[in-house]
Amino acid sequence: MVAEGDRTVCGRPALAVVGQAALLSLGHLPDPLGAGCSALTRSALLFLVKPSRFNYARPTSVEEVIGLLAAHGDDAKVLAGGQSLMPLMNARLARPELVVDINAVAGLGDIEVNGALRIGSVVRQRTIERSADAARIAPIIAAGLRYVGHVGIRSRGTVGGSIAHADPAAELPAIALALDARMAVSGPGGQRTVAAEDFFEGLFATAVSADELLTAVEVPRPPAAARSGFVEIARRHGDFALAGVAVSFEYVDGAVRSARIACSGVADRPLLATAAQDFLQQEDANDPRTFAEAGRRAAAQFDPPSDIHAPGSYRKQVIAVLVERALKAAIEGSDGADEARR
Amino acid sequence: MKRDDNHDGAIVDGEIEVRLQVNGASRRGRAEPRMLLADFLRQELVLTGTHLGCEHGVCGACTVLVDGAPVRSCLMLAVQAQGADVTTVEGLANGELHPLQQAFNEKHGLQCGFCTPGMLLSAAVLLEENPAPSSEEIREHLSGNICRCTGYVGIVEAVQAAAQAGGGAEASVATTPAAAS
Ligand SMILES: Cc1cc2nc3c(=O)[nH]c(=O)nc-3n(C[C@H](O)[C@H](O)[C@H](O)COP(=O)(O)OP(=O)(O)OC[C@H]3O[C@@H](n4cnc5c(N)ncnc54)[C@H](O)[C@@H]3O)c2cc1C
Ligand code: FES
Ligand code: FES
Repeated sequence: MVAEGDRTVCGRPALAVVGQAALLSLGHLPDPLGAGCSALTRSALLFLVKPSRFNYARPTSVEEVIGLLAAHGDDAKVLAGGQSLMPLMNARLARPELVVDINAVAGLGDIEVNGALRIGSVVRQRTIERSADAARIAPIIAAGLRYVGHVGIRSRGTVGGSIAHADPAAELPAIALALDARMAVSGPGGQRTVAAEDFFEGLFATAVSADELLTAVEVPRPPAAARSGFVEIARRHGDFALAGVAVSFEYVDGAVRSARIACSGVADRPLLATAAQDFLQQEDANDPRTFAEAGRRAAAQFDPPSDIHAPGSYRKQVIAVLVERALKAAIEGSDGADEARR
Repeated sequence: MKRDDNHDGAIVDGEIEVRLQVNGASRRGRAEPRMLLADFLRQELVLTGTHLGCEHGVCGACTVLVDGAPVRSCLMLAVQAQGADVTTVEGLANGELHPLQQAFNEKHGLQCGFCTPGMLLSAAVLLEENPAPSSEEIREHLSGNICRCTGYVGIVEAVQAAAQAGGGAEASVATTPAAAS
């Protein structure tokens, strides 16, 4: 499915390396090939810009998708919005033999509301960004999506695609983690739901196996006093973030309770800042030092990677600041962007 | 879905006929699954106004409208556009230049012109949704379109001038400003 499946490039598994090489070319990720890799390999990887030959199916039901994935195994690849998969295919870093286009599958494009919010996996990022239901139940989704690429990316890219792709710097996985969302997954063995904490397993790796389909993201009904905020630091608007923070909590009588603080860009997957969460549970949120201290405790928990864009030590510092800003933004009801611009 | 007439369910393993609306006219052409929509427009339909800069989604030069939404045609397959309603830069002028084209001309919104088709179509969607955008809003909306020549100042001024000239309202190109499906 992916070029040179089990070989290694510069001492790292080829699959991870080539995937990252494509993202590097998009300016997204750490320099994946490392200093030891020749410029020639690098440019050769990025030179091809048309997909290799593949077969194409456009099923209309989840069962058909599962059937195709079961029959073709690792040779098949699900195509949603194509905003991550197509660049990889154009560069021939991904070479599926069968592309299973899920854009016509019945039900996957639906948004359902019953207190909770169920977002079908092929709902466009731009659609949920502008959905009144999402704005009411989980305004953090739109706040975070404003940072995802550009309008032309979001009008095609899907919610499920971003979550299934699981880029460690992506916004939606961190938001799903902060919201304690559950992912609905269908496979040959039937359906199951996976909590966000168990869903993201590593670099571009999730609990969805090759013969399974992510069908929906379920955001639980928020408590009455729910607050949330999203902030990130990126080099330019629309770039993948150096680091980002999504927070969600209950704000009762000036106290922050049941906080979930999800950080992106700190590891191979989004992680909860549990030390900061525990600290906030005990503290007085009216004391201006509280949020700064929560930021310090969050930063202390992580050992972020260094790359061509920023050293890990810088990311650590940024996380401390972003946690503080996200908590403030959540309480002030601002999107945190104004402060980020200062 | 109505657009999936000739290849639903079955596995497509060679060239098929792709039928779609382009700039208001019914068009058809042949495409194997791996043909990008951009190449289909340029090679099969000989609409070479759609430019390819990076072919991995970064530059925005290949932007076209699919069912009213701005889409990178280098990241979409021609077979996925079966039955779709596509607008390319060739569909903007209607006898005379679209107000955006006029304004790009007057305000020096282009130099080499490579980015211009994508800029125009992205800007057309913006004016459709927001007839009087601030320069900040224009910059955010066009952030996915890269220009190596102008420095963007002329582009932003052109979009503002077109907005003042009623470029969104009277010369609409995007039929349904919904997300593509
Ligand atoms: C220039 C550019 C800038 C970008 N900037 C950002 C950014 O700042 N932040 C960000 O988060 N993203 C960014 N993206 C990526 C974008 O958000 C993608 O839309 C997203 O990562 C993938 O969603 P998709 O629907 O396009 O999925 P696809 O590209 O179709 O698929 C991505 C992967 O997920 C798998 N997959 C998709 N859907 C499912 C499913 N339902 N079940 C199982 N597997 C599935 C596919 O097989 C594939 O491996 C950017 C992309 C580009 C081109
Ligand atoms: S050619 Fe499509 S975005 Fe650059
Ligand atoms: S005018 Fe030359 S790239 Fe924009």
